[in-house]
Amino acid sequence: MNFILIAVIVLCLIALVSALILYLCSKKFAVHEDPRISEVAALLPQANCGGCGFPGCSGMADALVKAADKGSIKGLTCPVGGLEVMTHVANTLNLSYAQTEPKIAVVRCNGACSYRPKTNEYSGMLTCSAINICGTGETNCGYGCLGCGDCVSACQFNAIHINEKTKLPQVDENKCTSCGACVTACPRDIIELRKKGPKGRRVFVSCVNSEKGPHALKSCKVACIGCGKCEEVCPFGAISIKENLSYIDYEICRSCRKCERVCPTNAILTVNFPVAKDKKMESQVKQIVAQKL
Amino acid sequence: MNMKLKSFRIGGIHPVENKLTSDVQTKVAELPKKAIFPLSQHIGTPAKPVVNKGDHVKVGQMIAASGGFVSAPILSSVSGTILKIDSVFDATGYRKPAIIIKVDGDEWIDSIDRSDKLEKLSEHSEFTSEEIIKRIKDAGITGMGGAGFPTYIKLTPPSGNTAEYVIINGVECEPYITSDYRLMMEHPDEILVGIELLMKATNVKLVFIGIEDNKPEAIKLLSDKCHLDYPSISVVALKQKYPQGGEKQLVDAILGRRVPAPPAIPVNVGAIVQNVGTAFAVYEAVMKHKPLIERYTTVTGKKLSGPCNFKVRIGTPVSDLIEACGGLPDGSNKILAGGPMMGKSLTTTEVPICKGTNAVTILSDAEARRKDPQPCIRCAKCVSACPMGLEPFLIATLSAMRNWDKSEKEDIISCIECGSCQYTCPAHRPLLDNIRLGKSTVMGIIKARNAVNKKETNDGK
Amino acid sequence: MMANKLIISLSPHVHGNDSVERNMYSVIIALLPAMLVSFFYFGIGSVIVLSVSVLSCIFFEWSITKYILRRERNTIHDGSAIVTGLLLGMNLPSNLPIWIIIIGALVSIGIAKMTFGGLGNNPFNPALVGRCFLLISFPAQMTSWPVSGQLLKYADAITGATPLSIMKHAIKSGDSSVLGQLPDSLHLLLGNNINGGAGTIGEVCALALIAGLVYMLFRKVITWHIPISIIATVFIFSGLMHMANPIYANPLSEVLSGGLMLGAIFMATDYVTSPMSHNGQLVYGVFIGLLTIIIRNWGAYPEGMSFAILIMNAFTPLINTYIKPKRFGEISK
Repeated sequence: MNFILIAVIVLCLIALVSALILYLCSKKFAVHEDPRISEVAALLPQANCGGCGFPGCSGMADALVKAADKGSIKGLTCPVGGLEVMTHVANTLNLSYAQTEPKIAVVRCNGACSYRPKTNEYSGMLTCSAINICGTGETNCGYGCLGCGDCVSACQFNAIHINEKTKLPQVDENKCTSCGACVTACPRDIIELRKKGPKGRRVFVSCVNSEKGPHALKSCKVACIGCGKCEEVCPFGAISIKENLSYIDYEICRSCRKCERVCPTNAILTVNFPVAKDKKMESQVKQIVAQKL
Repeated sequence: MNMKLKSFRIGGIHPVENKLTSDVQTKVAELPKKAIFPLSQHIGTPAKPVVNKGDHVKVGQMIAASGGFVSAPILSSVSGTILKIDSVFDATGYRKPAIIIKVDGDEWIDSIDRSDKLEKLSEHSEFTSEEIIKRIKDAGITGMGGAGFPTYIKLTPPSGNTAEYVIINGVECEPYITSDYRLMMEHPDEILVGIELLMKATNVKLVFIGIEDNKPEAIKLLSDKCHLDYPSISVVALKQKYPQGGEKQLVDAILGRRVPAPPAIPVNVGAIVQNVGTAFAVYEAVMKHKPLIERYTTVTGKKLSGPCNFKVRIGTPVSDLIEACGGLPDGSNKILAGGPMMGKSLTTTEVPICKGTNAVTILSDAEARRKDPQPCIRCAKCVSACPMGLEPFLIATLSAMRNWDKSEKEDIISCIECGSCQYTCPAHRPLLDNIRLGKSTVMGIIKARNAVNKKETNDGK
Repeated sequence: MMANKLIISLSPHVHGNDSVERNMYSVIIALLPAMLVSFFYFGIGSVIVLSVSVLSCIFFEWSITKYILRRERNTIHDGSAIVTGLLLGMNLPSNLPIWIIIIGALVSIGIAKMTFGGLGNNPFNPALVGRCFLLISFPAQMTSWPVSGQLLKYADAITGATPLSIMKHAIKSGDSSVLGQLPDSLHLLLGNNINGGAGTIGEVCALALIAGLVYMLFRKVITWHIPISIIATVFIFSGLMHMANPIYANPLSEVLSGGLMLGAIFMATDYVTSPMSHNGQLVYGVFIGLLTIIIRNWGAYPEGMSFAILIMNAFTPLINTYIKPKRFGEISK
């Protein structure tokens, strides 16, 4: 019995002394952190994707609190959490938050196998960055998509996949958070973050080839040849031609689609627009139906 | 050889030599119908064209001027009319700007001395070091071993460094290539005068010519000539090992001095390394006023019916040379500009011979394709093979995982991209592919960091 | 005629003739002398043990790769399963029941190799993990050693003492005269069939194992660093112990007895679990030698090699981090 009692007392004493040491250490070596940082950090989605431009959600929380002290959190946004999270954060910091327009990753290449013939056979490591160093790749276009999926590997949200038929990446509208990982991963800067547009409708030039027209066209049937017809026809001045390549500024573009109609190589793509109705056919059908009734 | 042969001390491999063309006398290649001159045939800023479409040019006339401080002019190797200035595919696999000339006849500019008379330096005391370097610069000479660094810059070391020795690289360690060997066998006297010119230009007293022991005839030929007429030049026979011809490895083998990690260069330890072809080009430029317009190139491959060495005008499309060797073999082929270890694969046969193209190697069928990689078995054979004392398995994995910080700590920028690691790997892993990517990214990060530091120090002043 | 498309890739464009298969099959060939000697000494028992071990290792690797890991390419062709099977078998007594051998193979391949992802990923030597698992789980069966010479006997072979058990007895009893029962060094080298000449299948004939070492060095499968550092350390350390106190056996006997030669030449040199730099390998070998003698002299088990190697396997990542090869151009401090 004695032994048990002694053992119990000794263990209790050890526990008390250790607890005291730990308490003193936690007080002496405590790191002073602004309590708001952990409050804000708890509101963020904890994806640590880096889409905000900061190292992880804790980095973002730190930046938000610092910005709040300066008076405004304008410019800081969490693409994953979106408006909901940013409003909560703004409320916690006693500030207002203005919504920025949502963006989406856009793959600016339409060079599928049927448009862009293969001219070489590549043997080696199948990553876009390796083939990019090797040369133009398996086709003659030195700017186009290489189809090995570096963007797919970089995406943490499963929002981009290589289409089986075209061998080009396809972005899932519902899953993309515009974090920008695919943009960094692409060695040819083909992917761009552009505004989603009203009702998800957007217009963009699906080519980044800066070569002179004849060379670009020889490599790919749907390449931009820098002819300038789109620039001429745009009523808002949203299009500019630089180094044989057309670019549509998404801040100015109003999705009128005049450029799409004049492009001789179909290099301009429009997304999520309703299918154009054939008006003449429709009125003929209406007449026949009226006669029958 | 009684003496133990010198060699570099870390790593190295022994690929099969396949020197199919070592005993074939060099042929003069026919003039092409079209000559193509990419504006970037050297390290540094691309040259700028000084001719327009329709202009008539002669052999030796300047068609593109130096584009910046680290750059070199391009001089026409053919006579004819400028067809266009357009982008063509070059050895990098991309379209790059180039001058294309429609060849007509073979008219040379008057200043070039086309005779075969050997001009010795002793008969030309008027050449000063500055004059020699100027002629080398105007002749557009860049490193003929493949890298293509403008020679006149190499011969003027940055302040604080003096050159004690010039080392001539006659090693030719890559398999298949025999162009330097044939040059040494066929023009030894000119090479030795070229070396004397380099000595005068750099004010150096001693020169070593490094030659691998698989070329005993070249060693004997040059040694005998040196003993007779050139006491300050000596031939050093080196053990056959790849990459003996790498600058740093050569300096280690001959002088026993090791160049530290980049940004250090051989002249920091007192040595200037030049390829034997560059020495020959220096002779022609200074003594014969002949700019760099032709070079020795080996066209080889196991399935080629007539592999041989050519003296070819720069700008000749590779397709012409392949035709002259019997045409492209049937089946699958991989055409390389350079040798099989460090050469670049060509996307088309219309790529021209450039200043640094020392060989065109054709690999066929099974040899042309890579085998599938297996997981790393951690055998450490890549570590034994690496001539720079690195750990290829580690930096390849770090680069693939995009861990740039740790890659930098593991000295990834010291890699010379020789390919010994990937050659040795039993699991056929793409080591060098990953390391290359990591190396260029880390070099970019360091450059950006230095620029920021420089700006901060300047701002602080 | 449409010409074939030109092939493009990044340099280097040629490859040496080395491959995983070449290395593994070279190890198997290097093991042949020891295998043949073992058939000569232990007869049908050794044939059964080795073949059951190899076949079950191949079966487990094939089935786990195909049905559990569901990989497209099966890895049994690279020969590493065969090597594991042979080395595991070489570490077992020749009268071990078949069901125990199969369990050993399952642990070696299934637990020590495939759970980590297959070849190249395991931190511990698979054959040794299997062997130690069997030693701890079936101590009686794993420590009964058939005497050599009974060619047709398997399960009913007569067992006897091994050189190591004699050495242990000498230490425990404090009586150095017990060491007189040890076979002389020549017999230890060549293997023997006199009393005290029992052991695991692979350990009785040091000469056959040395022949394997020479072959592997010639084929550049392994380098000299690990085997020589282990043997030299054992020799020197046990020599010092022997001089201090004659109850410890003489260094030559220590080197030639037990699993030391087999361990130093085949087990410690396993690619996956040994350090990647030559200096690291020397440090690794020295510590294995030290641990082996420590366990042999002062530990509970007569044989320390397997445990020494497994302990040092755990230190390999640490050695890899801190002992790097000398960089070209590194200024020596």
